[in-house]
Amino acid sequence: MKVLEGRKKQVFRKGETPFEIDCEKQSLAGSVSQRACVFCGSRVVLYPIADAVHLVHGPAGCAAYTWDIRGALSSGPELHRLSFTTDLREQEVIHGGESKLYQGLIQLIDRYHPKAAFVYGTCIVGVIGDDVEAVCKKVSALKGIPVIPVHSEGFKGTKKDGYKAACTALMRLIGRGRTEGISKYSVNILGDYNLAGEIWIIKDYYRRMGVEVVAGITGDGRVEEIERAHGAALNLVQCSGSMNYLAQLMKEKYGIPSLQVSYFGFEDMAEALYGVARHFNDAEMMKRTQELVRDEIQAIYPKLLEYRKALAGKKAAIYVGGAFKAFSLVKALRLLGMDVAVVGSQTGSKQDYQLLKELCDEGTIIVDDSNPLELSHFIREKNVSLFIGGVKERPIAYKLGIGFCDHNHERKVALAGFVGMLNFAEEVYQSVMSPVWQFIPRPKQSVPMGGVQDEYSRTANP
Amino acid sequence: MLLRHTDKEIKERVALTVNPAKTCQPVGAMYAALGIHNCLPHSHGSQGCCAYHRSTLTRHYKEPVMASTSSFTEGASVFGGQANLLEAINNIFSVYNPDVIAVHTTCLSEVIGDDIPQILAKAKEDGRIPEGKYVIHCNTPSFVGSHVTGFSNMVKGMVQYFAESSGNKLNQVNIIPGWVEPSDMREIKRLAWEMGISTVVFPDTSDVLDAPLTGKHQFYPKGGVTIEALKSAGDSIGTIALGHFASAAAAEALDAKCNVKYEILDLPYGLLATDRFIDSLRRMAKVVVPESINAERGRLIDAISDMQSYFYGKRVALFGDPDQLIALSEFLVTLNMRPVYVVTGTPGKKFEEEMSRVLHEIPEAKFKQAGDIYLLHQWIKNEPVDLLMGNTYGKYIARDEDIPFIRIGFPILDRIGHSYFPLVGYTGALRLVEKILGAIMDRQDRDCPEEGFELVM
Repeated sequence: MKVLEGRKKQVFRKGETPFEIDCEKQSLAGSVSQRACVFCGSRVVLYPIADAVHLVHGPAGCAAYTWDIRGALSSGPELHRLSFTTDLREQEVIHGGESKLYQGLIQLIDRYHPKAAFVYGTCIVGVIGDDVEAVCKKVSALKGIPVIPVHSEGFKGTKKDGYKAACTALMRLIGRGRTEGISKYSVNILGDYNLAGEIWIIKDYYRRMGVEVVAGITGDGRVEEIERAHGAALNLVQCSGSMNYLAQLMKEKYGIPSLQVSYFGFEDMAEALYGVARHFNDAEMMKRTQELVRDEIQAIYPKLLEYRKALAGKKAAIYVGGAFKAFSLVKALRLLGMDVAVVGSQTGSKQDYQLLKELCDEGTIIVDDSNPLELSHFIREKNVSLFIGGVKERPIAYKLGIGFCDHNHERKVALAGFVGMLNFAEEVYQSVMSPVWQFIPRPKQSVPMGGVQDEYSRTANP
Repeated sequence: MLLRHTDKEIKERVALTVNPAKTCQPVGAMYAALGIHNCLPHSHGSQGCCAYHRSTLTRHYKEPVMASTSSFTEGASVFGGQANLLEAINNIFSVYNPDVIAVHTTCLSEVIGDDIPQILAKAKEDGRIPEGKYVIHCNTPSFVGSHVTGFSNMVKGMVQYFAESSGNKLNQVNIIPGWVEPSDMREIKRLAWEMGISTVVFPDTSDVLDAPLTGKHQFYPKGGVTIEALKSAGDSIGTIALGHFASAAAAEALDAKCNVKYEILDLPYGLLATDRFIDSLRRMAKVVVPESINAERGRLIDAISDMQSYFYGKRVALFGDPDQLIALSEFLVTLNMRPVYVVTGTPGKKFEEEMSRVLHEIPEAKFKQAGDIYLLHQWIKNEPVDLLMGNTYGKYIARDEDIPFIRIGFPILDRIGHSYFPLVGYTGALRLVEKILGAIMDRQDRDCPEEGFELVM
């Protein structure tokens, strides 16, 4: 297989090539990249805030593609699951979309009485030069709720820049609320989006430890909670890609320290709890945490061993959005006795890849911003039985006849927490061990491309 | 109650679309381009567009969808995307090696004013396009029309770039199937085959987006219309364009370019539209309709007659794309049902004209072009229906209002079947009949009082 010349430094084989991975660069033009855009980054981060309206200022497409595609659950309001757009047409492209935006916002706020409104700028808004900031300001003054522009024009960087734009927008909410009565043992959960109800599991652990969760940012998110987030004593940052920047901003402005955590796998989950107990330096809390971890693992471990028996020795490939998730997955797979042969991410940093390299075995392929051609090649080369990825990778795995686990938007069961590790094991087990793979025809000589006649084609008679 | 926020009271909304019943042009162009053999669709814009379209198509087909992007940056938005596209052409031919790159634009490249033909001419001049390979394009500004417009534009692009007239007519008919599923395109080819007619069907996504599992990832699956066939379309005896919105532009362009006469028909959904399609094929190719097709038609009418009482008077709400809705509404009327609300997000006065024609016997019917699903929900709230038909986004209304729901259209994100079982032709109509009866009769079984619960229906 040919790796694009300009991409050679984005593929690293541990023990075979010197480590000088090139990352955090724009995808090459013409590549079948698995990456998305700035807007996508902002939209996924803010979308779980369930009592705000999210208005996509642009043509209808950007709103249609992001309408309720990510299962970010809410325990109450579900405004975030509707799709609102200014649906810009030719008219506005020529004359500007500000008046449409203004009217749209007024109508939305009058109809839904949201606690806040986010306005997402799309590519076209960046080019036609609407003053979104001014419109938001005007509507906010009129309606008395925060109306926040999100500067997420698609071409202005990568998905990561979209995360940043979302963090900047969140900073405009944070600090507005009152902080009286917040416990000295309190945290914000940053970077969990409550897919399949995961933040509920995590919140329950912290509650049992005696820690107050001030705000989920943004999983099961509420405007008023986020407005009080500056009253928390500690920020817990998962999904480093999206939320490190917010933690950094909150540290600068409010002096809140942060802890990087992951809720995937026993090891990292336990550490996410112990880290908090250590931070608060409370012996009672540490004791409760130890009991909690022991109870949870004891309840699950025997079942996990059964899955391990079936899966041990099999190989896995990981291709995820943020590299931080990959660390946890490597460890979680190890717990199942599986080896990671290929690991990559869309948006990892040099430091992330350095850590991955240290974590992985010899021969592991580490790759940045990959594409389907490379990924299928690596999978075949390494004889992998499980692929962990997102929506665009799933059918590729199945076409190759191997198991798949969605660790992205489309997960259907909670993968976070101790119970999540068991769910993960079960999902991996059922997919890898599915009887369907035995029915795949043996590889045979490939038919040459071109000139293939299908069953209903006839040669025309001149 | 996910849509608890829907108001009964209908107010004019000019500046706001809530729950859109359309998406943007490029995804349609991408879908159409996948129906060319060995073709890589290329999105000339930001990375996100391409990722969203691929994800949507992947969710709908549960198949890998390959497409590349010009990966616009801030620089490109200021200086234009020429450098990106030229570099992309190099990279694509050297790594992915397609026979055709099918470029479509995005709102961004349209607004900054990239001149694609000029860029492609430069690529040719620079020798970036290898011998025997092609780069075609169409303009798909996202702020005009809808995904259907984008599909139509790409199909028209196929004609403009490939169709040639050699002066010798070929005894073959062009069929432009419109935005239908791989299964439908396969069925259209089968019907023509049964009639002994040689065809060029374009685009043709069968064997591309319904590829069998072989243990190999075929970057370019075996299906798709070949370039040779597209070239020969200029020599065909005629063109049948199915669906005004998706197919008319290409048929007209082919006539203008190569003098190939055309007929624009409704999508062959249901009895009457299929009759017209078969009849048009018969006349154009000067063949006799074989008994096998008459028998298919007979089985359809037989099923309808057997179950006629279950259709009678049922009120149906539909939303989706105009070509589908026009044909489907006509079929519902044939079945003695009442399509009372019909909404498409795609703009176009033609839709309202056609719907007035199809629904002239249903005085209470309301229909709207450039509408949204929110409006449809409001209508339903004001006066309920017995059945809802539309893409997956209808499930919110179906659940909230407790209405039987049939998934039809694009996208379908939560069920399978559309890529495998056709809806076109008599056999497709029979499948529609089965789906409609299944939905209505399951509901009757669920809701009727115990003493009225019937074994024989």
